[in-house]
This record gives sequence, C-alpha cells and structure tokens, in this order.
Amino acid sequence: MDISVKSLSKNYGTQKAVDNISFEVKTGEIVGFLGPNGAGKTTTMKMITAYMSPSSGTVKVGDYDVNEDAETIKPLIGYLPENNPLYLEMPVLEYLSFVADIQGVKKTDIPSRVRLVVDSCGLNREKHKKIQELSKGYRQRVGLAQALIHDPDILVLDEPTTGLDPNQIVEIRNLIRKIGKEKTVLLSTHILPEVEATCDRILIIKDGKIVADGTAQSLKNRSRAKYTFKVMIKGEGNIASELRSLEGVIGVEYLPNEPEKAIITAEEDLPFRERIFNYCVEKGHLLLEMTPEIQSLEDIFRDLTLN
Amino acid sequence: MRKIWSIAKREFSTYLDSLVAYILLVVFVGITGIFTWISFTDVFFTNIASMEPFFGISYWVLFLFIPALTMRMLAEEKRTGTLEVLLTRAVTDWQVVFGKFLGAMILILVALAFSLPWYLSIAYLGPVDHGAIIAGYVGLILMSAMYISIGIFTSSFTDNQIVAFLTALVIGIFFHWIFELVSNIGKGVWKEFFYFLSTKTHIDSMTRGVFDARDLVFFLSITVFGLYMAEVQLAKRNIADA
Ligand SMILES: Nc1ncnc2c1ncn2[C@@H]1O[C@H](COP(=O)(O)OP(=O)(O)OP(=O)(O)O)[C@@H](O)[C@H]1O
Ligand SMILES: [Mg+2]
Repeated sequence: MDISVKSLSKNYGTQKAVDNISFEVKTGEIVGFLGPNGAGKTTTMKMITAYMSPSSGTVKVGDYDVNEDAETIKPLIGYLPENNPLYLEMPVLEYLSFVADIQGVKKTDIPSRVRLVVDSCGLNREKHKKIQELSKGYRQRVGLAQALIHDPDILVLDEPTTGLDPNQIVEIRNLIRKIGKEKTVLLSTHILPEVEATCDRILIIKDGKIVADGTAQSLKNRSRAKYTFKVMIKGEGNIASELRSLEGVIGVEYLPNEPEKAIITAEEDLPFRERIFNYCVEKGHLLLEMTPEIQSLEDIFRDLTLN
Repeated sequence: MRKIWSIAKREFSTYLDSLVAYILLVVFVGITGIFTWISFTDVFFTNIASMEPFFGISYWVLFLFIPALTMRMLAEEKRTGTLEVLLTRAVTDWQVVFGKFLGAMILILVALAFSLPWYLSIAYLGPVDHGAIIAGYVGLILMSAMYISIGIFTSSFTDNQIVAFLTALVIGIFFHWIFELVSNIGKGVWKEFFYFLSTKTHIDSMTRGVFDARDLVFFLSITVFGLYMAEVQLAKRNIADA
C-alpha cells in the first residue's frame, strides 16, 4: 500500500509549516524524512496519520483519501508520534492490549500479537512494570511496540530511535528493515548514519519545502559540495582567507581539535588539488598534508539545509 | 462497541489506580450516610420513613464531585499528548468521547450502588414509597450523566485540568441552582423557562415518584448536547489555522 502526498500544505496562523509538498512512498520502501528542527516533518506526519487535516492538498493511502476515509485508513497505519506520549500509569502489557483492542485486533489474536511485539521490541524483561517505571529507552520501545501491535501495512515513525542504546538502535534498525520489506515505512530522524543504514530513499525538507528526494547515492552525486579535503599548510599570512578566495572553493573550516588543518569543500577533485598545490608554490607555503575525505550525508544535509 | 468499552474500562481503572474512586466512595457513602442517619431519628417520631434527605444531599455531593472526575479526561490527554495516540488509532472521536463518558458513568453507578444499604435500612425501619425511591435513583443517574457530559465538554477545550474543573462547576451551578433562583423571582414565560432549565425541578419531580417525559428530555438533551460539543471541540484540530 503506497502513501502519496500531493501539494500538501499546512498553515499555523500565518506561518506555512508545510508548503506545497509532494512525494510518494511505495510498498516495500523505507523512506527517511530529514530536515532541520522546525522544518515540518512532524506536521507532515500528523497529516498523513489523519490527526490533522491539511490546509490544502491531499494525502492518499492506497486508494483512500485521508480527508474523506480517515476511518478506513487509521487501522492500516502504525504511528509513533514525536515525544512518544504514553499512559504512564498503565503496565506495559495492559497498555499494549488496550491499544490492540482499540486498533480492532481480533480478541483471540491479542495475546499472541502482544507477545510478538514484546519480543521484537526487546521488552521482555520490563513487561510487567508500569510505564512510568521504565527508562526513556524502554518507553521508546513501548511506543514502537504499540505502533506495530496490529501489524499495520504502513508505518509512520517520528524519530523512532531517540533515547535507545547503541545495541537497541541496531536491533530496531534491523526490525524496521525487516518490516520494510513488505510494508511502507516513513521515518523521521536526525541521526544521519541511521538513514544510510536503514532507508532506501531520503527526503529532505526545509522550511516546509522538499529540497531533496532520492537515494543517498543520488543525493551525493547531485550535491554541489562533492569533494572535501583536509589540508595542512605552513606559511605566513592569512591562509584561511586566501584559501577561501581560490576558484571552486565552497567552504573552508577549521576543526577545534586540529586547528592547524583546514577542511575545504570544493566543486572539483583533481583540478582543485592542482590549484592548491600551485597556490602554495606561488606563496612559498609548505603543503604538509592533503587528504581527500569521503563525502558524508552530513555534508549533503548541511549543504542543502543551511543558508 | 468493543472499542468504546475498552476506553471506558481504561478510564475506570485510572480512577481505581489514582484513588479518586475510593475518595468518591468514602465521601459519598459517608456523607449520605450521616444525613440518612439523622433522618433515622425522625422515623421514630414521625413514623414516616423517607429517603428525601439522602436525595437532597446526593444532589449536592454528585454535583461537586463529578467535575473532579471529568476534568482530567481530555485536558490531561491533550497536555501529555496521549490524545494524539488515541485519536490516530482505529477509533472515531465519538467513540473516544462516549467511552470516557461511560467510564465516569460506571463509577457513579458503583457509588450509587454503595448507597443501597441506606435504602435497605430505611425500608426496614418503616414503610417507604419504593416507586419514588427508584425514580429518585434514576433521577440521580440522569443528573450525573448530564454533569459528566458538561465536564467532558469543559475538559475538551483546555489542557489545564483546573480550568476544566472550574468551568464545569460554573456551567453546572447555573442549572443546579441559579436558574432556580431566577425562576423564583421571574414572571410569566421566563419563570416557566427557567423553571424548566433548573435541575432541581426535574430531580424533585422524580424523587416524588413522578415519571414525566419532560424530565427525561431535559437530562438527555443536555447530556447529548455536551458530548456532541466535546466531539466538535476535538474535531477542531482538523480545521486549518487552528
Ligand atoms: N501546534 C502548532 N501551532 C503553531 N505552530 C506550530 C505548531 N506545531 C508546529 N508548529 C510550527 O510548525 C513548524 C514545523 O514544525 P514541526 O514540528 O513539523 O517541525 P519538525 O520538522 O518536526 O521539527 P523537529 O525536527 O524539531 O521535530 C515549526 O516552525 C513550528 O513552530
Ligand atoms: Mg518533529
């Protein structure tokens, strides 16, 4: 079952939190939804899950429109809202049965479904505790478990791995990958390595507008800031500003823990290395190091969402 | 129906967990008990056994207690965000509102059931009008339904429990007391109008054992209207720019 979002907008007063965005998520696809704080990820997810209606535009899940057939769509979606709100006074098992109940899981299937999600979310040790007695990471697992309880075709997860320990992140990642084989998954996150590890495709949103949509690889190819070098230059004068004025330079940065080395992003590879070398020769500087760095998703993210 | 029931059950069990249920039971059964006992002494003088003191005090205890039961219902879920989880599950807004209504209603029914010993002891001591007492109980149930619905409504437009509690009391006091006063000083059509809007009018007629369709219409229409308004309030999240 696909999610298809067309010209979707949401205004809060005069602010356009989501501004005319369109995208699709196909069955069997895991899409990572990225963007800086306040970009509109959560707002978009609230509209997809029929919690809020759009100011304009449509969201379709399968053949159903979220505006018109919300009640048909809701049972198909598993949703983990941001901040993972839970009934703290309920014991874990009781809470999961309650959610199963209101999701319309068959009465006779509830115990087995609960057991399954308790297992797959690693909740076995804590399942008899009240939710308020759980640590943040375990609460997050309960949130995930309730989203999965009715075996939904569509999963919408708003920052699912916040607060999890590294082991659990890997486990949840594998779980999402496994689920994602047959289902449609849209997840938002700020952990970029996670996106590369889990998602088939990436959507980047900024100020309510989609600024990138594609695989991690295709985004890397498209990005202007393709090449990054770490260089160490010894010499007189203001090297940083001279480097910035070289042709084809996108940015020059110094990391606090290595103040003598500059991180340069540039549009080209070999021609740019030659340019740096020539610059040093011309000024009489010593070029002590020049290491090409692998372009990371972080760089792309920053390139697309800053300025 | 099963979903409404699960929601009602969850609400009821939060009452049990949070001691609210026990406080209500102790206070309600205790206070009504004291008043009923005082009237026991009357029985020996007048030889007429009556539940009127019981109904008179229940009228106020329930009125004051119900907003404390309902204030949490939507306000707290809004504040903590659990409302978003609830409303994105396979339930309609109406099922959520009605389930919560039912949860509070069950607690009131339990409290009323705990007052049955007073009824039985009165009946043991002297001749009572069973019809009137049953009608009186039905009246208290209908009145509770009405105030629960008003309380759920006031809980739907704020995320602050205290605000929900106070507005429920303010709206409630009009029906409970002020309309009666207005009717007493009013004239003609207005007198009639406020007389009809006063809860007291309908409770009194029921405790006298008179079943009148107008009483039923009064309680049920306000109940349905309150729940409907709560649902409308929930649906407002859907309106753009809200
Ligand atoms: N209920 C609301 N009322 C008014 N403005 C809101 C409301 N909810 C969100 N906004 C605004 O809409 C914009 C988008 O918010 P949203 O929560 O969708 O961002 P986000 O991409 O999820 O950010 P984050 O990464 O911080 O979770 C923000 O500028 C925010 O201030
Ligand atoms: Mg967010």
